[in-house]
Amino acid sequence: MSSVSENVMKFFRSSNQVASPAVPQKLTRRSSGMGEVSRLLNSQEGLCVLDMGATSASNIRFFTNNGHKNYSEDLLCSSLDPALRVQDSAGNSVIDSKKFLEDNLVYPAAHFDVALVWNLPDYMEESLVKPTIDRLWSVMKPGGVLLAFFHTRDAGPDSTCYRYHVTGTDMLEMREVKFAPPGRPSSEKRSPRLQRVFNNRHIENLFRDFASIKFFLARDSIREVLVVR
Amino acid sequence: MIYNRFIRGEQSASEDGGQSMDAAKTGEFAHIGKSVVIKGELSGSEDLYVDGNVEGKIELRSYSLTIGPNGNVKADISAKAVVIQGKLDGNVSASERVDLRKSAVMTGDVTTQRIAIEEGAFLKGKVDVQREAGRAVPAGS
Repeated sequence: MSSVSENVMKFFRSSNQVASPAVPQKLTRRSSGMGEVSRLLNSQEGLCVLDMGATSASNIRFFTNNGHKNYSEDLLCSSLDPALRVQDSAGNSVIDSKKFLEDNLVYPAAHFDVALVWNLPDYMEESLVKPTIDRLWSVMKPGGVLLAFFHTRDAGPDSTCYRYHVTGTDMLEMREVKFAPPGRPSSEKRSPRLQRVFNNRHIENLFRDFASIKFFLARDSIREVLVVR
Repeated sequence: MIYNRFIRGEQSASEDGGQSMDAAKTGEFAHIGKSVVIKGELSGSEDLYVDGNVEGKIELRSYSLTIGPNGNVKADISAKAVVIQGKLDGNVSASERVDLRKSAVMTGDVTTQRIAIEEGAFLKGKVDVQREAGRAVPAGS
């Protein structure tokens, strides 16, 4: 039987890894999916944009400068809340997905024009992924677009978890994400571990209720997915 | 006395019996110390620094509010400028600007003309940047 702390630690890399440099890495990548999202943002004003990564000043600036409303909700961070953990009938520690959705993504139906999911499904606990995507379907407007990034098999389980900051219409700055495990000091921050790799069929199933799906395969072992509600 | 000008409603101060309120008006702003707990409505006509617990509503209109690193505020806020270093659960309406420092943890919606967010700050909520006439509005870090 695994303890709560063991389960939570599964989200993080093993501690015997080489320590990251003190200066955060700043990398950029061109994103075809973001380019498509930008085209929509430039064509209209007053859109509601849901950014599901860590709070980002550059993203807020990018969206609000064009007259859009930005909503920030860091679901990966929220999913690590120890209060969400319950014991199942076999005594295993599992996440209560119902409680997770009572506390997060609570918006009126058909509220968002754009949802930026980034790499959340790859790093979030598996039991939360499908309920989260289903909730997104209900809070997005018909015709709204969703952008998500999925690792390809080449990425490896220790691929770095990045937060994406929009710096141009199709340019993203990538900064490594680190969290301290619950109850641990911030000096013990670690990068979350890649939980799984979705293949194309898994991705299509995940978004099967949406109207259409478009894949962009990038060189850096990332598959960008643009989904229309 | 600061209490009389600022506070309407239930109030309590632990440990020092409110002495920090009397002693803490420093410089150009009033100061609510970290041991002070206030429930009710705060309004005033000077800048305010909150490092304690406030639950209710804060209205400073044309003055600034700073929530210090120990501050824990559960209130809707209306002010000219709001700087958040501690914890805020509530909506902010600032006529000029909002600063979220790296230690800020905020759940609520922000309506302002300018917003600055330091790397590491946590915000769960909507940001609605209202444009000044004829100007683009930056949101910087």
